[in-house]
Amino acid sequence: MADATATLRVFRGDAETGKAVDYEVPLTPGMVVLDAIHSIQANQSPDLAVRWNCKAAKCGSCSAEVNGRPKLMCKTRMDSLPPDQPITVFPIKTFPVIKDLVTDVSWNYEVNKKIPAFKPKPNAEWKMYQRDVDRGQEFRKCIECFLCQNVCHVLRDHDKKQDFGGPRFFVRTAALEMHPLDSRNRIPLLREQLGIGYCNITKCCTEVCPEDIHITDNAIIPLKERVVDQFYDPLTMIVRKIFPAK
Amino acid sequence: MSPATKYETHEHDVLIIGAGGAGLRAAIEALAQGARVGVVCKSLLGKAHTVMAEGGLAAAMANVDKADNWRTHFRDTMSGGKYLNNWRMAQLHAQEAPDRVRELEQWGALFDRTDTGDILQRAFGGHTFKRLCHVGDRTGLEMIRTLQDRGVDLGFDVYMECTITRLLKDGDRVCGAFGYWRNSGNLVVFKAKSIVIATGGIGKSWKITSNSWECTGDGMALAYEAGAELLDMEFVQFHPTGMVWPPGVRGILVTEAVRGEGGILRNKNGERFMEKYDPKRLELSTRDIVARSIYTEVREGRGSEHGGAYLNISHKPAEYVKRKLPSMYHQFKELADVDITKGPMEVGPTCHYVMGGIRVDAETGQSTVPGLFAAGEAAGGMHGANRLGGNSLSDLLVFGRRAGLAAAQQAGKCPATAIDNAQIEAAERDLLAPFTRAGGENPYKIHENLQDVMQSLVGIFRNDEDLRKAIVELEKLKARAANASASGSHVYNTGWHLTRDLQSMLTVSEACAHAALARTESRGAHSRIDFPKTEDAWGKKNLIIAKKGSAMTLTEVPRGAMPAELQEILAESK
Amino acid sequence: MADSSTLKGLTRFGSTQRRDAWWIENLPFIIVFGGFLAYATWRAIENNYFWVAPYLSPFYSPLIDPHHHWWPFSPAFLILGGPGGFRITCYYYRKAYYRAAFAHPLGCAVSEGHRGYSGERKFPLILQNVHRYFFYVVTIILAFLWYDTVVAFNFNGHFGIGVGTIVMLVDVILLTTYSLSCHSLRHLVGGKLDCFSCTTFGKPRHAAWRGVTILNEHHMFWAWVSMISVGLTDLYIRLVASGAIRDIRLL
Repeated sequence: MADATATLRVFRGDAETGKAVDYEVPLTPGMVVLDAIHSIQANQSPDLAVRWNCKAAKCGSCSAEVNGRPKLMCKTRMDSLPPDQPITVFPIKTFPVIKDLVTDVSWNYEVNKKIPAFKPKPNAEWKMYQRDVDRGQEFRKCIECFLCQNVCHVLRDHDKKQDFGGPRFFVRTAALEMHPLDSRNRIPLLREQLGIGYCNITKCCTEVCPEDIHITDNAIIPLKERVVDQFYDPLTMIVRKIFPAK
Repeated sequence: MSPATKYETHEHDVLIIGAGGAGLRAAIEALAQGARVGVVCKSLLGKAHTVMAEGGLAAAMANVDKADNWRTHFRDTMSGGKYLNNWRMAQLHAQEAPDRVRELEQWGALFDRTDTGDILQRAFGGHTFKRLCHVGDRTGLEMIRTLQDRGVDLGFDVYMECTITRLLKDGDRVCGAFGYWRNSGNLVVFKAKSIVIATGGIGKSWKITSNSWECTGDGMALAYEAGAELLDMEFVQFHPTGMVWPPGVRGILVTEAVRGEGGILRNKNGERFMEKYDPKRLELSTRDIVARSIYTEVREGRGSEHGGAYLNISHKPAEYVKRKLPSMYHQFKELADVDITKGPMEVGPTCHYVMGGIRVDAETGQSTVPGLFAAGEAAGGMHGANRLGGNSLSDLLVFGRRAGLAAAQQAGKCPATAIDNAQIEAAERDLLAPFTRAGGENPYKIHENLQDVMQSLVGIFRNDEDLRKAIVELEKLKARAANASASGSHVYNTGWHLTRDLQSMLTVSEACAHAALARTESRGAHSRIDFPKTEDAWGKKNLIIAKKGSAMTLTEVPRGAMPAELQEILAESK
Repeated sequence: MADSSTLKGLTRFGSTQRRDAWWIENLPFIIVFGGFLAYATWRAIENNYFWVAPYLSPFYSPLIDPHHHWWPFSPAFLILGGPGGFRITCYYYRKAYYRAAFAHPLGCAVSEGHRGYSGERKFPLILQNVHRYFFYVVTIILAFLWYDTVVAFNFNGHFGIGVGTIVMLVDVILLTTYSLSCHSLRHLVGGKLDCFSCTTFGKPRHAAWRGVTILNEHHMFWAWVSMISVGLTDLYIRLVASGAIRDIRLL
């Protein structure tokens, strides 16, 4: 036990050139992948670039692809990975690599700006009940690790960054749209600028969410249904014409 | 060459360093005043340490306990701080916190609700009433996201992953800041009429800590170097409940909300030991007392398997625990293989918060340097000798707003200032020096040794001998840090970044050790084994650290008398 | 494994650094759904052995113009579009066949190469938005299936229970549960509201939404078991109707 080690195969390099480098790391009980990366930094390669903050799965900084699966490194136990082969630790693929495990995620912050902020109804009484905030609270658990953005094939394989917002921002929009006191309508935005129609609900975002947010079932599909209400369902469109929303 | 051409330069009315709760709240207020605001942060936006705050936000809203009011909150805060608090700050804090919470709600925050549709409040250590507005155990995330969205909506400029290494001065007043982009290693100059420091804490100097890599005391060190005074730096809070096992997670916070929701502490013999140390408040005693109690149990051989205490919430229904403490449930399940709905957690003290900080004016948050403001954990005084749980998030909002307001007003009146090239060039030389020292020491080793020194010699219990030894050790570490080297490119070079962060950590560690040595009493979070009593005389003065020439000096300043109306409030309890 | 030493090697179709057998996930869907599709098509064309008193196959219910007065083909074709369309546009099935048949994506974090993709924005996939209309149609068909199930208790004017009765009852319950777990229904009963407490009938609608939500969390499960049960129900009735086996009277 005392001299048990694991081999990490870590991507070193930038967007142009790079290679996977093997590091031998001593194992300790309960060790997570981020601990192993820190051990490499401290003892073997001080300039190994990695983003991290809380080390407790609360800030969403240390996203990477461990053995090909999008993960938070701080939450991925070394003893959950097969010990017989090197553990690959690569940067998330959808965003350009800056160096080693650090990627440029600034695109996400730009998308975020497209979404109009919360605007309370005029003369709101500021009474809200738990049943009315439950849905929003699930979405607001999001720690912006961008693993959902990373795994989403619309961004990952088809690079629709111009036309598509990605799961993270459907979750944010859902929180705003389902806020009991919000007065804005972001459904046209969802259909057009955020391109919700590109999503084909294949649920990889939900599978990788470290906060266990049911992104597809609770955020995206309900939003798609709201888009149908406003744009594709003649019945609800007529009802809306006759009884305009308050 | 002029700085405008040689360095990337940005100009703002108000520059805010730090994008946690205090920095973002300050930015929002300065924007509301019409100022052009820039926010600089070491991490990505929304990742600041505020995100780690779990239990809640203390505000006397009286939604659950109708008898609550600001006077009781003020009294609890002063009593928890062992009366060393800046009483004006404690008063403003207690009075303004409820409005700051309502504001968050109006900006879109979704707190847990009462049956009548109000914000739900929970019990917490040292608070007489149920006072903590919360969202399960992720209140900090809710707060930072709300503030972030508000700031983006109002349109601030954010400079992410940028570290400030020096404040620039024009005569007495600050006029800008110099730093580098972590991503590229490129240098950057910010010109500003006023600067708000909101860089948070210093916990990364200790080995067992709940703090992230960012909490290196940068803001305090920057202010100190710029001539500002630091106040009561000896008061470092050890949170009673951090994880202790497995080793990789040691120090990660276990929210006080576990005890707020009814969690019970026991030693290895199954004794509920808080009955011995604080029979009245038990687990909901103040943090200093609970931390010392656990530490004492462990030291006297009654600790848990891995050197902590057992904290149990499993007597509550499993569904309730999962709903009110979801991240604790996951944290233990995934990192420690413990199901907290079925069995106890192992917990022990972890370095958490510094009550001391930049000395500021209570109303405006202005430091002793004109144009330089501070708010949040980086500022000192509000919490005295010990902070109550939940008072931090409200502190960030109340004093973040006040600092942002004053900084914007001040910027409006500020005379034109000039940037001094020599200061920038000196800062650049210092910053890049590690690359010129080939074969110097690995900064990670120095950091590890610093953490060992602070953990073992400037920890929960202190004494004269240890503290003197710590000061000697810190001198040696300073010499080693001055010889630390960095290699490779300037692009996201974490080793190089650490050489810079080490400078800040060493400065604040030294300030802490000096102040701890000088305060020959025990009060709140500062426990001297050789001076176990709380002395009235020490309650009448603060310890000030400042830079004179190149030396760190320490002076005692008298605190003056508390206004009669506040004294009356304190007397009400007795 | 793809060339893992650089990032560029990971963009070819099917390349991934994943080590688990990610492709296995798609197999049950291809086999069972493919099998069901083939069986259902064959049975619809067959136009025989769908009725044996008192049992009517769900593939042929409601039974319209069985004697070909105006519809020359199998009557199954008149109604199968309803349940078929309901499943084709179902949010669960979409996920499954987009992955298994369209390879968009093959698996999570598995490269699909550089192929065109327009999601559900263009014809024909934009028609997925009519899912709720198929729900309406299926609701009507379900009413007939319940009627058929009641009839299945009637043996020549006398109350009775045969194995077929039980089979049909289980089938109609599973089909109903699948429909009640539908995402569109979840939206219509309450999901479309922003504030349950501010709406007329908000509380019962919240309760209904909660109920549908609980079923909806297992939508995939209901999709599978109801698909298998409807196939087996038809098969049972076919076997009885063709004389291959005899229905056993239990009561």
